[in-house]
Amino acid sequence: MTLEQLGRLSNYSVVSATVILALAFVAYAAQWGLARNVAAVRQPVAVPGGAEAPALDDLEPDRSDVAGGIGYSLTSLATLVLAVGVVTRGLSAERVPWGNMYEFSCVGILVALVAYLVLVRVWDIDWIGALVTVFAMIVLGSSMLFVYVPPGPLVPALDSYWLVIHVIGAITAGAAFLVGAAASILYLLKARAEARTPEDERVGFLWRMPSSAVIDQVAYRVHAFAFPIWTFAALIAGPIWAQAAWGRYWGWDAKEVWAFITWVFYAAYLHARATAGWRGKAAAILALVAFATFLFNYIGVNLFVGGLHSYAT
Amino acid sequence: MTDDRPDLASELSPREFLRWIWRQLTSMRTALSLLLLLAIVAIPGSLLPQRGVNPRLVEAYLIDHPTVGPVLDTLGLFSVYTSPWFSGVYLLLMVSLVGCILPRTAVYLRALRARPPKVPRNLLRFPASSELVTSSSPDEVVAAARTALGRARVDVVERELPDGGSAVELSAEKGYLREAGNLLFHVSIVVVLVGVAMTALLGYRGAAIVVEGDRFSNVLTQYDEFGSGALFDRDDLPPFTVTLDDFAATYQVDGPQRGAPRSFEATGTYAEGVDGSEHPFSIRVNHPLEVGGASVFLVGQGYAPVIRVTDPDGQVVYDEAVPFLPADASYTSNGVVKVPEARPEQLGFQGFFLPTFVQGDDGATRSVFPAPLAPILGLFVWHGDLGLDDGRPQSVYVLDKTKMTQYMTGDKGYRVSLQKGQSQKLPDGNTITFVDLKQFARFQIAATPGIEVPLVGIVAGLIGLIGSLSIRPRRTWVRARREGSRTVVEVAVLDRVPRVDLPADLERFTGRMTEQLVPVDEGDAS
Repeated sequence: MTLEQLGRLSNYSVVSATVILALAFVAYAAQWGLARNVAAVRQPVAVPGGAEAPALDDLEPDRSDVAGGIGYSLTSLATLVLAVGVVTRGLSAERVPWGNMYEFSCVGILVALVAYLVLVRVWDIDWIGALVTVFAMIVLGSSMLFVYVPPGPLVPALDSYWLVIHVIGAITAGAAFLVGAAASILYLLKARAEARTPEDERVGFLWRMPSSAVIDQVAYRVHAFAFPIWTFAALIAGPIWAQAAWGRYWGWDAKEVWAFITWVFYAAYLHARATAGWRGKAAAILALVAFATFLFNYIGVNLFVGGLHSYAT
Repeated sequence: MTDDRPDLASELSPREFLRWIWRQLTSMRTALSLLLLLAIVAIPGSLLPQRGVNPRLVEAYLIDHPTVGPVLDTLGLFSVYTSPWFSGVYLLLMVSLVGCILPRTAVYLRALRARPPKVPRNLLRFPASSELVTSSSPDEVVAAARTALGRARVDVVERELPDGGSAVELSAEKGYLREAGNLLFHVSIVVVLVGVAMTALLGYRGAAIVVEGDRFSNVLTQYDEFGSGALFDRDDLPPFTVTLDDFAATYQVDGPQRGAPRSFEATGTYAEGVDGSEHPFSIRVNHPLEVGGASVFLVGQGYAPVIRVTDPDGQVVYDEAVPFLPADASYTSNGVVKVPEARPEQLGFQGFFLPTFVQGDDGATRSVFPAPLAPILGLFVWHGDLGLDDGRPQSVYVLDKTKMTQYMTGDKGYRVSLQKGQSQKLPDGNTITFVDLKQFARFQIAATPGIEVPLVGIVAGLIGLIGSLSIRPRRTWVRARREGSRTVVEVAVLDRVPRVDLPADLERFTGRMTEQLVPVDEGDAS
């Protein structure tokens, strides 16, 4: 295949992945909707790291479960197709496929989807699927519409092996932050419902999800995994590269400022979980604010603020 | 308010008041608030131009915003990261951090020597606890528990029970390294902050434009921009020279990314010391030259047309390569030429340089490619007094027109338009020639002594962080007492941080224990 053909294949793959993600989201939405009138018959399945076997009250899986299964299968398929898109993109550009904002988005979503699929196997977090797929679909779709650039070689500033280390670190942390944020949103929903809904009114998908304490723990673990990686990418690999490329390891470039702000907010989240009066709702909100600062760095700084890190287009 | 409730404020002696302030400052809540405050006060620096990052953008902002600009300037918003309020927040955070680290280190050192806490009286009251029976002896139970625990600090005691029997009790604690990691992380942050301050105080950084064929000497006057830390003596700049022989740039020539830069390389020779021998060098982006304890980075490039001005008698009064600063990706560049020796009056030129020009339908020229395929120079001309003699330092990139008059053609400015090799006679009889085209490199020269300190600090911090996030401190208690032919075992586990999967962990632990124990014979048990 020629480089142009590979580039086209990559584009078709990313478009297909976006469409499949949309279908997966519909399936996950159906998983919620179909459980609307169902009481919480299913025992809380997910005990992270736990060996508790799911209690099979129903022998027949109900329609909500079927929809969830379809959602999971479609998400797996989308991940596979997106992986093809990312690999062919790298082949057609003859370099690592994360040299600009469009490619960063594709790889970031790919990592997030893989993380989600793995965590579904490990901690049974398929209840997060709707949020993850809708977010992935939006990011992929808008990346193609607004920041797409044809495959090509890198600008000289990016021609360094630190591009591999620094950017893959940022992508991995960002993908985990995405999953963590989704868990934090669901934690807030569930904790609110637990506080307000009387025992006999507890029907619907929210009550098939694990307890808010379990969701909180999933969120914490994902964040605790992501935070050291972010520290490495933003505060170690980044400065080392900046020192080699620009002669200063930290220069308060807009991207650097916001990476620091994100770091501080996630540090605050981890502290808040250990501080009386902050754990629970306040901590979850902090995690979401931190994710918002990450998103602003990814979208706002790239497109509107500029600076040395503007490789958006 | 009653009499037995003393008025706190008046009762506090100055010493107690200081203690109270210290306790507030070092509380977790305050540290957390300061951390968030630090993030918030960092935001304006990313949205407004900063002097320390790009002083020219700040000047432009002040010109564009004549009313708001000076107010923001007074508030220090153009130098956020050196402003008193930003420094104030991070210094308070530092104090809070140290105030947190010191007592916790003391507590930790005591805990390191302490034995695991004794087995509580009623183990089954704990949320994660269970009871099992076995035929094995209490000693065998304890041995099994030790194996199941793995590495942990363990105490085993035999205790008389109130009912006259005796029980073997095991208490274990593991995960001491978590707090060590935690402390290491926080100490590292202090090390990083101190290291950052140190590199800033001891280092220097400057930028200089060097045209092909020119030599840069590392002395203050040769810098276009220069900044150094308070502890750096500007007379201490190490002597070295860098001579730029050739600058090579390649650009994408086809496809959608046409014109995108592909490679930049500056080559030449450098010499260390006052009379050092010349060594060849090649500087590329991401590949600086190390010389004299400093690093020379390639951070920019552009064109320097060689311009010659001859007076009406044919005498050369000006012959220099003039750097034109690029303003966009196609290297549309702006520059100024000052000719003080021109007669009868001094001459000043201001205009643009385009490396590959095309003429649009409207007659305007613009650059379409960054490489010099069809270079053109377009200049407006002023005559009069350049203002170079009144002793005020002038930027070479700005023409002071206060005492100069522009040559006009009708109501439009008189224009000089030259392609390479062309000449044009000016209204006053002088002649300007675009002789040749050279390129210039913009070098950043920086010395960052002590850069290892923040690096080691942040790496140690990361190791500590991983430890503090992944190690789980846990207390485990086991009590085994003999009842007839069987042993009743009570087990409880407790984590400092409450966790929802503790019962599952307990189950796994008792599972590992019972694997090694002899089960109770069914008939026996009933």
